[in-house]
Amino acid sequence: MNSRAEAGRGGKNVRSDCLVAIELLDSGGITIDLRSKVETLYGRSIRAMVEEMLAFYTITDARIVVEDSGALPYVLAARIEAAIRRLRPEETREFLLPTRPGIALSTARDRLRRSRLYLPGNDPKLAINAGIHEADAIILDLEDSVAPAEKDAARLLVRNTLREVDFMGAERMLRVNQGAPGMEDLRMLIPQGPNLVLIPKVEEAAQVRDVHALIEELRQRHGIAHDIHLMPIIESARGALFAYDIATAAPSVVALAIGLEDYTADIGAERTLEGRESFWMRGAVLNAARAAGVQAIDTVFSDVNDMDGLYASVREAASLGFDGKGCIHPRQIAVVHRGFAPTEADMEKAKRIVLAFDDATRRGLGVVALGSKMIDPPVVKRALRTIDLAVRSGVLSQTWKEEVQA
Amino acid sequence: MSAERVINAAGREVLTEINGVPAVPYQGVGAYKPSGRKAAPPVSSCADYPSDGNKVLPGLREALINAGLRDGMTISSHHHFRNGDLVANQVFDIAAELGVKDLRWFPSAAFPCHEPLIKHLESGVIHHIEGSMNGPLGDYASSGRMRGLGVLRSHGGRYQAIQDGEVHIDIAVIAAPTSDPFGNCNGVNGPSACGGLGFALADSQYADKVIVVTDNLVPFPCVPWQLHGNHVDSVVVLDKIGEPEKIVSGTTAITKSPDRLLIAELTARFCDAAGIVRDGFSFQAGAGGTALSFAIFLRDMMRERRIKARFVRGGSTRYLVDMLEEGLTDYILDGQTFDLAGVQSMRDNPRHIHSNPFVSYNYHGKGNVASMLDVVVLGATEVDVQFNANVVSHSDGRLLHGIGGWQNCLFSKCTILPIPSFRDRIPVIVDQVTTLCGPGELIDVIVTERGIAINPLRQDLIDATRNSGLPIRPIEAIKDEVESMCGGAPDKPRFIDNYIAAIKWVDGTVIDMVKQV
Repeated sequence: MNSRAEAGRGGKNVRSDCLVAIELLDSGGITIDLRSKVETLYGRSIRAMVEEMLAFYTITDARIVVEDSGALPYVLAARIEAAIRRLRPEETREFLLPTRPGIALSTARDRLRRSRLYLPGNDPKLAINAGIHEADAIILDLEDSVAPAEKDAARLLVRNTLREVDFMGAERMLRVNQGAPGMEDLRMLIPQGPNLVLIPKVEEAAQVRDVHALIEELRQRHGIAHDIHLMPIIESARGALFAYDIATAAPSVVALAIGLEDYTADIGAERTLEGRESFWMRGAVLNAARAAGVQAIDTVFSDVNDMDGLYASVREAASLGFDGKGCIHPRQIAVVHRGFAPTEADMEKAKRIVLAFDDATRRGLGVVALGSKMIDPPVVKRALRTIDLAVRSGVLSQTWKEEVQA
Repeated sequence: MSAERVINAAGREVLTEINGVPAVPYQGVGAYKPSGRKAAPPVSSCADYPSDGNKVLPGLREALINAGLRDGMTISSHHHFRNGDLVANQVFDIAAELGVKDLRWFPSAAFPCHEPLIKHLESGVIHHIEGSMNGPLGDYASSGRMRGLGVLRSHGGRYQAIQDGEVHIDIAVIAAPTSDPFGNCNGVNGPSACGGLGFALADSQYADKVIVVTDNLVPFPCVPWQLHGNHVDSVVVLDKIGEPEKIVSGTTAITKSPDRLLIAELTARFCDAAGIVRDGFSFQAGAGGTALSFAIFLRDMMRERRIKARFVRGGSTRYLVDMLEEGLTDYILDGQTFDLAGVQSMRDNPRHIHSNPFVSYNYHGKGNVASMLDVVVLGATEVDVQFNANVVSHSDGRLLHGIGGWQNCLFSKCTILPIPSFRDRIPVIVDQVTTLCGPGELIDVIVTERGIAINPLRQDLIDATRNSGLPIRPIEAIKDEVESMCGGAPDKPRFIDNYIAAIKWVDGTVIDMVKQV
């Protein structure tokens, strides 16, 4: 067994994190060597937490070095626990800080999912203030952004993040690995009640059913009352072909998302800005999602400095029928919301149709007419959708009908 | 008389004597009324100066000897080169060679490039520094190793202290990017051009002896002459007086931090909601990343709605220069200059007004520009629930910044501090500031990433922004939220009971003092 282990990150360029090293000794009690930029303000509190956690794990003789770059308490606790678990791979007890009240809310199946902000699971700096940017959802990522050797530490940090960080109403999503490591992710994290799980690289319905079954089992065991939704990510030729099966594999699926980096590699094409190579696939996934009655979510736009390009890309996605887009930088969020909001012209047209529809309903007419033009039911349906999106995007008042009449 | 500890009007313990000079405890905003007449340098005679106007001496050493450099004198310098100053260190190297002791250095600001002066503090060449204490010098003073007390003044307060005779400068050494042999000089021309020379104005007017140091000597007349050679005793030519590329001291780039961009955007939206952004308005935004980003959001807003400002107070940066060239403001009033685009524009564009601490900031004058500004955005290291703010020390008590024009700008019609509510695990919104630099009654709005707090004294702003949709919250709620994230209220720094610096208010009274850590 190792007698020394460390976890976290230290050094000059690290912020809001810490590096914890623990060396087990045979005797001599506990010594804490703390180097912290907040020594004056929170040195006492940091030492107290180290002592409390060592007592919790019944470690009586050890030397602990904490190189702290301003880690918040939940980060510090995650790093200490990670170091201890690396010393004791068989350890299963979890050191849980109190949950911040009011942050684990349930979310509706059909809520707005225009923007979802990716946060690397093992980097606390970006998560702490993620909520202020008002994304519809945040994704704590345990897949591509986490190095395999750091998975254990990332899980603990994400667990503590779910318990402590207020994302201010954003839907709390997790992206886990596919297969066995992903199941491990779920065992540790479902008890914290995330709202939605993204399953990457889905190619067949069985993958979704397995995840669904495990989540249901964990939900029951841990008494999680709210629904935990699923968003399979289609990122291969095979996945695109079976998109409808995947979307209908479990009742908890609320959306299909696409990943184009892997998809274009899979079909042997170069990924381009105009995206002709993925046009069929995006259409296929969108069609499958609509057929299954779930949302369709477009891929990310990767140039964080090109806001005009992002806006054009969002408008294109919206015109194809997509409901949302991934974000890799907080400044993309507002642009995405603007892109998905109905235009002034769309809104005016939709208002006229909805008012005509109301009028026809009131007068018991079977046919909706706008001036001399007949309006077909699907047009009414689309107008209702536009109005709904406009209200939920905050560009149209909820009481617009009263305002029109007044 | 000996120094007593008294409680001033802000409830802070201060000394009644600082470095052997009687000091008035802070009495409240506008409460202290000065009396008497301004200070003045000795009367000179043309008979003692070369009638051909050539005051050039062979070197800085000769000029300092000629100026009568001796023990205990006060030597001043300016900071227009910011972290690229090459002159101040040389002055004290020469003083050391000459065996001179116990000098007082009175810079308009000090920077990390002045770290070599610590050896002269240690050896006794310099007794103490009265000026901002950035970086290594701040740490040195905070450790209690400086013999005298550091005295921190605002830019306006420095002018006031010189004008009122509170600080008498024996020798002013003025690094000037272009000068003629008579000593007329400017900051806009020459290989070391840095913009204006406004911070050296008081020094040129009030010092007993004035030495101009240049690396670009031109025949009379030096045009424009920002400072007048009629104040100057001698002119010295060196190979290089400053590194103008270092006037960009790292504080003058737009922030890339999404959180700070959000704060800047909220600040601009607040100004809009409060009705401040209208034709003919004026603003000042400093050089910090958030303040610069605020200016960009404001610019976009002005462009979209075709609103034009009457004037903007710099330091000029390329962003302000762009606004000037685009016609979004009639004028820029320049105090200092923060980048080379600003320097070039000051040279080429007549719509820059080369200002100085006298016109902009001096509280002991017949008004100043700062109080005419419609809105000012400033930084702070801490703000407390009474809206008091700290700009000079870390939360752990160590000195880290100068005051700059910060205190002076608090007199604007609307003072906004756009700041993060916490940095890593350091709360910025606190129950009581570690060091008081600005009284809360002058600070109107705090914009953080977790909400905007409006000073209850500004009912007009509260009313104007009530239905703006902006996240307006009580400052206590923001403080509580920050503490709940950081793990409770932070411990207070434990000081050693030994004062190391005094913080002056704009009127020369002592608003707070800093202890050793």
